[in-house]
Amino acid sequence: MKKARLATMWLDGCSGCHMSLLDVDEAIIAIAQRAELVYGPLVDAQVFPDEVDVTIVEGAVSSQEDLEKIKHVREHTRILVALGDCAVTSNVPAMRNSIPVKTLLERIYIEGADVQKGIPTDGVPVLLKHAIPLHDVVKIDVHVPGCPPSAPAILFVLNELLDGRIPDLKSKVRFG
Amino acid sequence: MSQQISVRIDGELCTATEGQTIFQVAQANGRYIPSLCHMEGLSSAGSCRLCLVEVQGIGRLLPACTTPVRSGMSVTTNSDNIGHNRLMALELLFSEGNHICAVCVSNGHCELQSLAETLGLTSVRFPYNYPRRPVDVSHPRFVLDHNRCILCSRCVRVCDEIEGAHVWDIAARGINSRLVSDLDRPWGESQACTSCGKCVQVCPTGALVEKGRAVEEMTKRNAGVTQLAAKRETHP
Repeated sequence: MKKARLATMWLDGCSGCHMSLLDVDEAIIAIAQRAELVYGPLVDAQVFPDEVDVTIVEGAVSSQEDLEKIKHVREHTRILVALGDCAVTSNVPAMRNSIPVKTLLERIYIEGADVQKGIPTDGVPVLLKHAIPLHDVVKIDVHVPGCPPSAPAILFVLNELLDGRIPDLKSKVRFG
Repeated sequence: MSQQISVRIDGELCTATEGQTIFQVAQANGRYIPSLCHMEGLSSAGSCRLCLVEVQGIGRLLPACTTPVRSGMSVTTNSDNIGHNRLMALELLFSEGNHICAVCVSNGHCELQSLAETLGLTSVRFPYNYPRRPVDVSHPRFVLDHNRCILCSRCVRVCDEIEGAHVWDIAARGINSRLVSDLDRPWGESQACTSCGKCVQVCPTGALVEKGRAVEEMTKRNAGVTQLAAKRETHP
């Protein structure tokens, strides 16, 4: 049987969702027999491949770069999974949303800095006005809330998707 | 002596006492109706809209907690239309405030959060409002975090009806509505507050909490309020 092509992506999150994915422990061996991990922080690939069956995305969309990445991923992915509260609700990254970006950056990099005061612009992506959930900008096929979602929940989602079903997460997951 | 009447709940004939609400009769007959603002022992506010039900012959949904039963009434407590509207009400509550469960002291002990789990809500279809709301830490023992307030008004009612202090009110209108103490003074400066903590115990979310609690540490005990109300003497 041809292996499913699986990718993961890390936007504005803490990587806790990826940690929770690794928390499935030995079950990852069975997953690895059915799916090939073609892109993400856990593998070396530098460029997002053209055709991916399932992409699991952690983190909110907070910067121009995040926005471009998620749009690109959507175009090249059959089933897009929002993994964790940041991807689903914008969660902790959204705690800055009621503060104007300029005020926020000045507070941190000028008022809050002891040395090298100044807002960094070189090689860092421009922040969007708000950190937003993935579904605000692209169509999401499966939402998996949780901070992080539990390893059993992630394993359930992966197995259902690899079996060709869209997982029904009712009463299996919660925000927070 | 109150009169006994007959009503139909989901087709089943039920006996009720005149003056009871649909919510009470449905619950007494083993029906589950979700709610965030209702609390046994307090008056009903109908503010959360989670308990909406269908009453035959009425072209709109009615809140079960504020609608008294009437003889011959036929009530449906669950349908696709009811489910659709309840879910929408729940999503609007999430999108209106800043409910960041992951960093909330009430995470894992929150009625809003657990209702989302029960109703199978995995994402909110409406854009989040991201309002700028303050946190009042002026009280020596308690905190009011407006970000997590769903304006259910349980605190307003328990303070007025059980404690008799009437510290809390809802000020302003519509999307600007907010909880205020002592006609909009910091809670810590309230002269009416007895620091009894009943408002904290009945609050369904992490809006009213005890100081010094870390994430997930704030558990609440609201059964005491219902017991207090039941033990009161009534003077008709």
